[in-house]
Amino acid sequence: MQPVNVTTPISDAAIENLRAGDYVLMSGAVYTGRDAAHKRMIELLDSGKKLPFDPRGCAIYYTGPCPAPPGRVIGSAGPTTSRRMDAYAPRLMQEGLRVMIGKGARSEAVIRAIRQYKGVYLSAVGGTGALSALCIEQAEVIAFEDLGPEAIYKLTIRDLPMIVAIDCKGKEWS
Amino acid sequence: MPRTIKTAQITKTVAKLCAEANRSVGDDIYAALCDARRGETAPAAMMALDMILENSKAAGCEKLPICQDTGMAVVFVTIGFEVHVEGDINEAINEGVRQGYKNGYCRNSIVSDPIRRVNTGDNTPAVIYYDFKPGDKVSITVMPKGFGSENMSAVRMLIPSDGIKGAEDFIVETVRAAGSDPCPPVIVGVGIGGTMEKAALLAKQALLREVGSVHADMFWANAERRLLARLNELGIGPSGFGGRTTALGVHIMTYPTHIAGLPVAVNIGCHATRHKTAVL
Repeated sequence: MQPVNVTTPISDAAIENLRAGDYVLMSGAVYTGRDAAHKRMIELLDSGKKLPFDPRGCAIYYTGPCPAPPGRVIGSAGPTTSRRMDAYAPRLMQEGLRVMIGKGARSEAVIRAIRQYKGVYLSAVGGTGALSALCIEQAEVIAFEDLGPEAIYKLTIRDLPMIVAIDCKGKEWS
Repeated sequence: MPRTIKTAQITKTVAKLCAEANRSVGDDIYAALCDARRGETAPAAMMALDMILENSKAAGCEKLPICQDTGMAVVFVTIGFEVHVEGDINEAINEGVRQGYKNGYCRNSIVSDPIRRVNTGDNTPAVIYYDFKPGDKVSITVMPKGFGSENMSAVRMLIPSDGIKGAEDFIVETVRAAGSDPCPPVIVGVGIGGTMEKAALLAKQALLREVGSVHADMFWANAERRLLARLNELGIGPSGFGGRTTALGVHIMTYPTHIAGLPVAVNIGCHATRHKTAVL
């Protein structure tokens, strides 16, 4: 499969060029977030506060990494099931989130939000967390450190492989 | 005279099993994945299987867990009638989990309360099952169970008139509904009979059976073969990327049940379905 190289921050034009089924190698900065971090982010927004990072045009990777062994910046860090973030994703897209990386199907509401805000959802290969770790060059906890593996990390990734599962037109790959 | 086993030995063994189980895929599963790769022609399915195989090699070489979801530690302990365990075996096992997860650079994935959700910080407590049998040995199996697959598992209390067809349809429906969430190609553990919780426990124990092995009872061996064929026609494929390999195996365990009942439990295991055993 011929890869499309994508680097964050990703332009609207680059998102619009991605089609469901495209094989993507993603590089650049992504923020991690899963269940507990999403719950907190929505609580912050509900109480009129700012998110711990600028969401405009950003990418969220649904993962909760393992601790870094000696000599590495992070441990295994593959995708988790995206469905669990469906309740929160449209709100974050409203704030500017454009790219979501995870595994599994999304709800109708998320697909609508992807279409409305011209975002994209990418699926990485579930259960390949050791390989993912080898694609991560930098890792830094930027918020909610008390959540342990569910804290928000800023990761710098290089050529993390994934497939466009839902493109900006809301078309699902299957 | 009963044989005495000290709890320190149990702790050390559990710690080693936790770290090893999280870093290595069983030979049976690796062989089944290689077979599956040879049978795929769709590019995305081949790519996903290549990555899954490469991941297990990387985990071994780089000493990284196979998956960031290093699971809830499910521990099966079988104690010989002639063994005396000196001390608190529950605490010894949990201490083993604590040490194994820390030393193996595994993720702490356990919250102390299912609603209030505060991470316990050491992956304890484990879920522990004890069994007893003749002899003077202690067998310990650690199965780090990830929740991508656990969340897609199901129990249904069928009734006798549903029969084998009802049971098979429920199993297929459960795997179909799971889609790509449980990290296919999956291993499907099925428990049929007993009571509700007995069926669920059998389904989990069925995941420990060697992939590629054949059920000793021809009736159930045929059911497993039919089910595997149906599951691999679902088209979910490796990582949900389509293709012929949605499941690597279907393992059924049964138990006598009540005249009114037909409990069926389906426990889904991911493409790694990790477990390690040691005998003391």
